[in-house]
Amino acid sequence: MSENADRPGAAHPAGAPSPSGSGSVPAAPTGPVRWDKSFAIKVLADMVRIRRMEERCAELYGKQKIRGFLHLYIGEEAVAAGSLNALRADDNLVATYREHGHALVRGLSMNAIMAEMYGKQEGCARGRGGSMHLFDRATRLYGGNAIVGGGLPLATGLALADKMQGRRALTACFFGDGAVAEGAFHESLNLAALWKLPVLFCCENNLYAMGTAIERYESQTDLCVKASSYGLPATRIDGMDVVAVREATQAAAEFVRDGGGPMFLEFRTYRFRAHSMYDAELYRTKSEVQAWKTRGPIHSFTARLKAQGTLSEDEFLAIDAAAQAEVEQAVAFAEAGTWEPVEDLARDLLTPAPAGPPGALS
Amino acid sequence: MIRKITYREAVREALQQALRQDPRVFLMGEDVGAYGGTYAVSKGLLDEFGPERIRDTPLSELGFVGAGIGAALGGLRPIVEVMTVNFSLLALDAIVNTAALYRHMSGGQFSVPVVIRMATGAGRQVAAQHSHSFEGWYAHIPGIRIVAPATVQDARGMLAACLADPDPVLFFEHAQLYNLEGEVDDDAVVDITRACVRRPGSDVSLITYGGSLPKAMAAADTLAGLGISAEVIDLRVLRPLDDATLLASVRKCRRAVIVDEGWRSGSLAAEIMARLVEQAFYELDAPLARVCSEEVPVPYSKHLEEAALPQPGKIVAAARALFGKAG
Repeated sequence: MSENADRPGAAHPAGAPSPSGSGSVPAAPTGPVRWDKSFAIKVLADMVRIRRMEERCAELYGKQKIRGFLHLYIGEEAVAAGSLNALRADDNLVATYREHGHALVRGLSMNAIMAEMYGKQEGCARGRGGSMHLFDRATRLYGGNAIVGGGLPLATGLALADKMQGRRALTACFFGDGAVAEGAFHESLNLAALWKLPVLFCCENNLYAMGTAIERYESQTDLCVKASSYGLPATRIDGMDVVAVREATQAAAEFVRDGGGPMFLEFRTYRFRAHSMYDAELYRTKSEVQAWKTRGPIHSFTARLKAQGTLSEDEFLAIDAAAQAEVEQAVAFAEAGTWEPVEDLARDLLTPAPAGPPGALS
Repeated sequence: MIRKITYREAVREALQQALRQDPRVFLMGEDVGAYGGTYAVSKGLLDEFGPERIRDTPLSELGFVGAGIGAALGGLRPIVEVMTVNFSLLALDAIVNTAALYRHMSGGQFSVPVVIRMATGAGRQVAAQHSHSFEGWYAHIPGIRIVAPATVQDARGMLAACLADPDPVLFFEHAQLYNLEGEVDDDAVVDITRACVRRPGSDVSLITYGGSLPKAMAAADTLAGLGISAEVIDLRVLRPLDDATLLASVRKCRRAVIVDEGWRSGSLAAEIMARLVEQAFYELDAPLARVCSEEVPVPYSKHLEEAALPQPGKIVAAARALFGKAG
């Protein structure tokens, strides 16, 4: 992997990180992984697929194949891979503008994601959305929402619809730590808790709201304290530990689906790359980034699987090779994709009128 | 059957009908339930439909409007009541960045069939923060339909059509109209696509909508006494605008006054004038005129508020000026 420092750290027991700010770097996760081999490999492969896809995206951005904003998830893969592998097909997913990994783990084809980033009509939003707005009706992905906090009210409403229609499903809503300072966060948690709606609020706390460290914008940096003030359970999880992420999400999802109301999960994680391709990273030190890379989620998980004999180096190399092949295929697919005709510019602005007399309820 | 009811009763009956006919429909907003609606529109609905379908919300415009949008995506047909347009500014992100964009931005995968109702307008001495008319702002935005029922019949009939619309609709009820009495024909089918002629005439088109319609009608009466035959056009739908009806009237009358309670600069009135100039410039016998709100915050004091808003006298004066007559 190109993140060379993504190697296991000292053998301290893994545990929930402290609520402190961006300064402290907890030890890398260790310990046994009590999963079926096939599931462990699936989760590992998901992380590797995200990493390889996004490394290629960064290159393609440099070559101007991908334009606009590009927010990479590299470093945070354990959150999407762990949590979304605990969801069911009929659950809803609401994500942010840093959502390539969520879309991929959720089951969108890498081809459709890559074509979307190219702006081709074979993309998962016909090239209308780009990197920040991946959508997919089939897997219930209700968007990459690029307004910080914008997805939370939406997720609350999706959960309201499920509850009112008696569907036993949840809505997983991902957002960053920066969203906690938005009014939308507080309004949505209040509403979801008040009405006991099946929302899993998944905060990806990477310690920075763009370039502002959490202790510089939050009066209370313990986000679980803020969330739990609305009367919903809130749990902090080491977001660099894919095992912990998956287990916590699984338990939370059962609680939420069983009518327990919403839950708040804070995944403490770290973004290895810049906020976007425009970010000069003036606000954090190289040594801090380096320290977090020592607890990279892919390497630590791989090391744990190898240590207990679940995974061999050859198997890891095969996973990596398959991911790289998938990426190359996706790039070829996107390259071969076509541009939507300009005459279709206004297509899908409004829904085509339904049949039947005006005023009739469909 | 033709009956006489108030605008308020008409909206309530429309809500009641929708809730009875379609189990996906529910109403939510501030004080829509136990209080009976700030303007008493939803009075009695809680008793009939219960708190699941008549949902009182916290004072969280961004939260509950966004939740209404999410519920629409999730298969329901929410009617979200924002108490007034003034407070809808707190929900702008949900309306503009989510509801209006989602279908296009998702490549046609997700439509948002939500109806967002709100009271609008000035005229009750409730001062600047409660007297806005932002319909024109919203009409700037592609991806949403804007309706402004100005008659009891439209208040009764437009909601069903809005609920049948698979895309987001903003439904503006001018607060001065709630006590208006008028006839409704229960068998009428009400569309949400066209403007209409409320009073035929031949000398000047008075183009307006919503709470300004009664003022334009009163002005037309006065003008008739002065020998000027005014045709009154009710836009009904502010987006998309029905250019054909406007152009037909203006081509016939060759003069037009646009009456809009929004502020003049960047107003809906400005958009209508631009369209008329683009499409009917050579058929005009006089420059286009408009009567908008004065560009000040709407004041509390009665005489100042009246001076700030379009009034029949101002409309009459603007129309007469097109014929070279003062005042």
